[in-house]
Parts: sequence; C-alpha cells; structure tokens
Amino acid sequence: MRTRDIVRATRRKFAGSLLLSLFILSTATAMIALALLLVDVANKGAPWLSWHLVTNYPSRFPKQAGLRSALLGSIWIAGLTGAICFPIGVGAAVYLHEYAPKNRLTSFINLNIFNLSGVPSIVYGLLGLGLFVDLLALGRSIIAGALTMALLVLPTVIVASREALAAVPEGHRFGAYALGASQWQVVRRIVLPQALPGILTGTVLAMSRAIGEAAPMIAVSALVYITFDPTSPLDRFTVLPIQIFNWVSRPQADFAGLAAAGIIVLLIVLLALNATAILLRNKYQRRVRE
Amino acid sequence: MSNLAIETKALGVWFGKNHAVHNVTLEIPVNRITAIIGPSGCGKSTLLRCFNRMNDLIPTAQVEGVVLLNGENIYERDVDVSQVRRRVGMVFQKPNPFPKSIYENVAFGLRIEGVNSKSEFDSIVRRSLESAALWDEVKDRLNDSAIDLSGGQQQRLCIARALAVDPEVILMDEPCSALDPQATAKIEQLMGELKESYTVVIVTHNMQQAARVSDRTAFMYLGELQEYGPTQQVFENPKNELTERYITGKFG
Amino acid sequence: MAYAVRRGPLRKGHGEKPSERIIHHLLFLSAVSSILVLFAILATLAYQAIEFFEEVSIVEFLTETRWTPLFQPQYFGVLPLVAGTLWVSFIALVVAVPIGLGSAIFLSEYSPDRVRRVIKPVLEVLAGIPTVVYGYFALTFVTPILMGIFPDMIVFNALSAGLVMGIMIVPMVSSLSEDAMIAVPQLLREGAYALGAKRHEVATRVVVPTALSGIVASIILAMSRAVGETMIVSIAMGSTPKLTFNPLESMQAMTAYITQISLGEVPFGTLEYKTIFAVGIALFAIVFIVNLVGYYLTKRYTELYSGL
Repeated sequence: MRTRDIVRATRRKFAGSLLLSLFILSTATAMIALALLLVDVANKGAPWLSWHLVTNYPSRFPKQAGLRSALLGSIWIAGLTGAICFPIGVGAAVYLHEYAPKNRLTSFINLNIFNLSGVPSIVYGLLGLGLFVDLLALGRSIIAGALTMALLVLPTVIVASREALAAVPEGHRFGAYALGASQWQVVRRIVLPQALPGILTGTVLAMSRAIGEAAPMIAVSALVYITFDPTSPLDRFTVLPIQIFNWVSRPQADFAGLAAAGIIVLLIVLLALNATAILLRNKYQRRVRE
Repeated sequence: MSNLAIETKALGVWFGKNHAVHNVTLEIPVNRITAIIGPSGCGKSTLLRCFNRMNDLIPTAQVEGVVLLNGENIYERDVDVSQVRRRVGMVFQKPNPFPKSIYENVAFGLRIEGVNSKSEFDSIVRRSLESAALWDEVKDRLNDSAIDLSGGQQQRLCIARALAVDPEVILMDEPCSALDPQATAKIEQLMGELKESYTVVIVTHNMQQAARVSDRTAFMYLGELQEYGPTQQVFENPKNELTERYITGKFG
Repeated sequence: MAYAVRRGPLRKGHGEKPSERIIHHLLFLSAVSSILVLFAILATLAYQAIEFFEEVSIVEFLTETRWTPLFQPQYFGVLPLVAGTLWVSFIALVVAVPIGLGSAIFLSEYSPDRVRRVIKPVLEVLAGIPTVVYGYFALTFVTPILMGIFPDMIVFNALSAGLVMGIMIVPMVSSLSEDAMIAVPQLLREGAYALGAKRHEVATRVVVPTALSGIVASIILAMSRAVGETMIVSIAMGSTPKLTFNPLESMQAMTAYITQISLGEVPFGTLEYKTIFAVGIALFAIVFIVNLVGYYLTKRYTELYSGL
C-alpha cells in the first residue's frame, strides 16, 4: 500500500472515532443535564418537604408557606379541562376518522389541527383572557382557566383519539356492517369500546400537560394571593406552576428552597398521572391480542 | 315465490376508473350452494359484495345495474341497507370475531335490532351456534372471549353470528383460505348442512373446493362472467375455452 | 323457525334515520370547533391589537428601538422584545441542534438496543418536565456557574436562559430527527456499506442527507417552540427590554413581557393592557413565518431527494 492510501485510511478511521465520540458526548450531555437538574431540585427541595408544605396556604414567611391553594387549583383545572376536552376531542376524532368525506373542508380541518398545536401557549392565554375572562365575563375564574386549557390541549386529545380509532382493525367494522349495523352503531358498539383505553390515555396525558403549563394560567388568573380552598368553578384560583414561579422570583434564598420543594410536588403529581396513562395503555395492549 | 334467491342484471362496478365488474347477469338459485371462481383480481369478491351492498362502504365504488333479492331490487333509492344486510349475511376471508364474549358476538345482530329479552337471546344464540356446528365446543364457556378460539372455531362463530339474524342468503368470501385442512373440512361439511335452510354463495380461489361443495359454479375472468352452470358440467365439460384453461391449471 | 328478528320491509324513507343525523351533525360540530379556535385566537388578538394601533402607529411599533410602555416617556417599539426573543432562541438552537442531532445519529445508527432502551425514556422525561422547572434550573443553577465564568455577567441574562432552553428542546430535535433517520430504507445503508463506506460515513453522507427534510422540520418545530416559550425567559432572562448584540446583558423576550404585564392584573381596556395583544400578534406572526419557512424548506428537501 502507498503512503497516500495509508494516510487516507488512518484519517478515515480517526474521523470515525472522532464523530462517534461527538455523538456519544451529545447524548451524554442531555442525560447529564437531566441528572444535574433532578439532583439540584432534590437537594434544595428536600429540606422543605413536609406536610405543612401541602396543607398551608402561601405566606410571606417561608417557614409557614404552603401549596394548598395551588394544589387544589391544579386539581380543579386538570379535572375540568379533561371533562371539557374529552367529549369535544373524541367527537372531532370520531367525525374525522369515521365520517368525514375526503374533501377540502376535511383537509382544512386536519391542517388546522396541526397548526394549532404550534401556537405558543401564552397566545392561548391571551385568547382566554380576551374571550373568557373579558368578553364572556367569566372573570379570572377556574372555569375560564379550564376552558383556556381545554383549547390548548384539544389537538393532543384529537390526535391521540384518532390514533386509537385507527388502531381498531378494519375487519371488525366490516363484520358489524355486514350484520346490518348503522354507522353510529358500528362506532358506538364496536369501534369506541376498543379505542377507549387509547383515548383515555391521550386524555390523561392532556391533563398532565394542563397541570404543567404556567403561561396560559398566568394570563387568565394573574398572580394572586389565594388563601382559601376553591369551592366553585367561578372562584379565583392559582396553580402549582404559578406558585413555583412566584417563589422562584423572590430574592430570599429560603424561597428558592421552597420553590424546589414545590417542584418536587409538581413532579410527583405528573409522575402519578403519567403512570396512570401508561397503565391504561398496557391494559389496552393486553385487550387486543389476536 | 320464485326459486331465485338473487338475480343480477347487467351488473357493473367501477372503482374510480377501474372497471372491476362488467355486465354480469346471473341467477342464484334458492337452497343451493353457488361457487364463484376465477384467478386473482377477476372481480369475484367485488361481485359478491354487491349482493349485500358492502361495496357502498368504499368511497370510490360505483355500481350500475340491478340486483334482485327475492324479486326486489336492493339498489333502489329508498332501500334500507341495514335490512338488506340482515337478509344477506356475510362471512369474511379472515375470521373477524369482535373482541367480546362468544355470546355477545352471536347476539350482536340482535342487539342492534333492539331485541332485549334475555330468553330470546339465549335461545337464538344456542340455535345459531348449533346450526354452525359450534355449540358443543363452546356451550360451557359462552362468556369467554371469542379471540381465544382457534381459527376454525372463530370462523364458525362468524357463521353463527350471521345466522342469528335469520338471513335468506349467506355470502362467504374465501372462508377457508386462512384455515388449516381440518378446519376447512368442518366448514365445507357445515355448508352442506346450511343449504337446506339457506342459500349459500361462496367465492373461492380453490377449484377443488368449488368442485366438492357447490351445485352451480360461475367462472369469472377480468371482471366478466365467462361461464355459469351446474358444477359438474362446468368442470367436466366447460363450454368456454378460458374456463377450460383455468380449470386445467394453465393460468391463475 | 320463529326468530325474534322479523324480516322488515326493504323500503323506507330516504337517507339516515333522524337520530343518526343528529349524531352526525354533533360530531361534525366537534370537528369544526378546531377551526373556530383558530379564528377565535386571531379575532381576539386582532380586536385588541387594532385598538392598540389606533393609539400607537404601526410604524413606531415596527421601527422604534425602545420599548417603555410602563414608563414616561412611553416608547412602543417592539424591536427590543423581538431581539430578545430571537437571541435566546438562537442560543437555544446552537445548543439543541448539535446535541439533538448527535443523539439522534447515535440512537439511530450506532447504539445497541439495550442502550437505546435507557436513553429514550430519559429523553422522554426531559420532554415532559414543565418549563417552570427549567426556569428554576436556569436561575438557581446555571446562572451562578456562568457568573463564575464571566465575571461581568449579571444575574438576569440571555445566555443562561438560552442554554437551558436549548436543553429543553433537545428531545424535540432528537426524536423527530431520529424518526426521520429510521425511515431511511436499510437498502440505502447496505448499498453504501457494500461500496466500502464506514459507519460514520454512512451516517453522515447517506442517512442524514436522505433524512434531511425530517431533520429540518424538527429544527423548525424546535425553533417555533423556543420562540413561544415563556417560563424560562420570564424567570431567568430579565425584564429590561434592550436592543443589544451582547447576550450577557439583560434583555426581555416577547413572551416574558406578556407574562410581566399579566401578573400585574392590568385593568382591561387600558393602553398597557392592549400592548400584550399587540406583542401577542407580533409573536404569532413570527411563529407563523417560522412554520411557513419550515414548510417550504421541507418541501424543497423532499423534492431534492424524492428520486429515492
């Protein structure tokens, strides 16, 4: 072999190793970042974890401050959001997958759903502020927040539901039609029962997103000192991310620790919701074994 | 009462620009087994699906001509398609039991009709399963999932399900092609029993099966009905040269 | 045999039963609601923005280099906010594209299954973390470190926010690029190997170019997310709108301004209230343009390689 060939071969090998190292480094960086984040949060937040954190209302004094109103507000919002976007999202998905003719209106609707999922969440907050809080005079209430959130996560529910509907084998529909079932009977008795776990998974994931989003809720509810338990959808409210944001924004070091503790609570709630979604998905996969 | 279960006149089917079935005029006699054979893509399944208007479910499909069910044209404008499909049942190539219990599968057609008396359900489910030669195998586990049955059992379940709504005609679209020989034999035997009370039309790519079970055979090629007559005559003495070539295995 | 189901008449009235029709319409309404949402967004933004532009000229909005609606004298130039947003998004992309693409290549072309099964969930967790947590991380962890490296740096700056935002959008770049790369037919790789190419050459000269439209789409999507992100910039970046080319200075992003005003419960109908809608519409326009550019870029790349 000539020197030139040897040099080329060595250079190629070197390039290969270098690139591989870079690729591994990239992947590792992402994982290290996550690890640093979690460790830091756990570190700073653990000393502040206590029952008081969950049962107390916010306060100027770090040692007495708690997440009670924020936690309740988050639960209210998540629940109402789920309740609102479940029927609309499933209805839209059923129409688009089972009924819609292949025409321009349908393409437009599909394109639209795709566009909507790219709109920044703060813009949904402005929509909620202008439409629900101001125009429909719902005030800065839980229902205004839930409606806003429902619009934000609606595309998620629609997409997840469509996937669940598409996963139902065509043969089942044909079998039902061949027995004389009408279109709605096929949907109601054959398609929806099979698609339901997948649809519920999508809804739970949407609710999980509703809990983690701060921006739209800030626009709708603003920053307010809530020291009561909300009892009706017309009450004012705050949510976990807003409370965390509030604490992070304060200069005192104690509040940084509180914020970290609040983050731990938030992550636990999200973990619980996502675990539920995964359990639902597994139940679904077990049901459809052929 | 006529002795023709189904009659077609100048029946044609298009899928967009694809002319899948040309000008088919056919008479299906009552209480007989009629087989439709032909090479892949000849239009036999498409023709079969005209008899219960399943082609309606395909957006690009267009049907012209007339299909008479016991003398009435099922393609008239104001016909209730659900009723057509109850009177003309269908069994598919790949068994497609619903992911429900055996009992609920058979009862499905009755539920959507609005039947709600448990005793009616029980007796009809039992009679349908008996007619489909499946009762003895499943009578103790009616609430088990239908998906757990073997392929042959699932197909007999699908037959029972179709029988439960008391059809006049049973269409079978290559019902045994996904089954092993023993299951196939059971279904072929069942067909012989079914023709006493129902009319059976079967599409099959298996010529020997057509020769074994059917009374009349129709041979289709490239969407046209090439030959139609008593099975023995079609197989032993085909009038059409194409039929003869297909039967002797020269193509398809 | 007497069956329960009597053979009904074949004929009945035209079309669907009335109850079926109602259901059909309800379902249609649900689907159409998604279009209504888009119109509602545009209408709400436009309504307030139009009122805003009756008091403030569009020319000032688009060309003035100062944004001081809360102080006297009031200047309403949106450029400082746009600059803030673009700066932090740029930094985020500089971080996210190499890391995201590198991970994607590693996952799709190199990593054994066992390793993949560990890394993918990690990326999914990264994607699921609420942005307020990232904001916290930026302010309390990253910023002190940066301040140690750059002694001139102040607490609220774009670099810190941009770095963390970059980490936040890595999963988006990574998983979408990976999907695009996995979709490249194995046949292409085998052809290259058969010509004597090494794995890194197959990855960079065959797979990535073929998957380019998907990769570009993922980057566009990530940029769109970065532009619209709110919490990280509100917490870590600052609230002093400034048109500057130095990322170590304090700036304000468009979304952070909207948050700042919203927190204060500004009374409805005031000029300050309307500014958030004007900025909102500008934000919407930028995201729309980014998505449009992305759409055309992906179309172009798809055509270039559509011969495959």
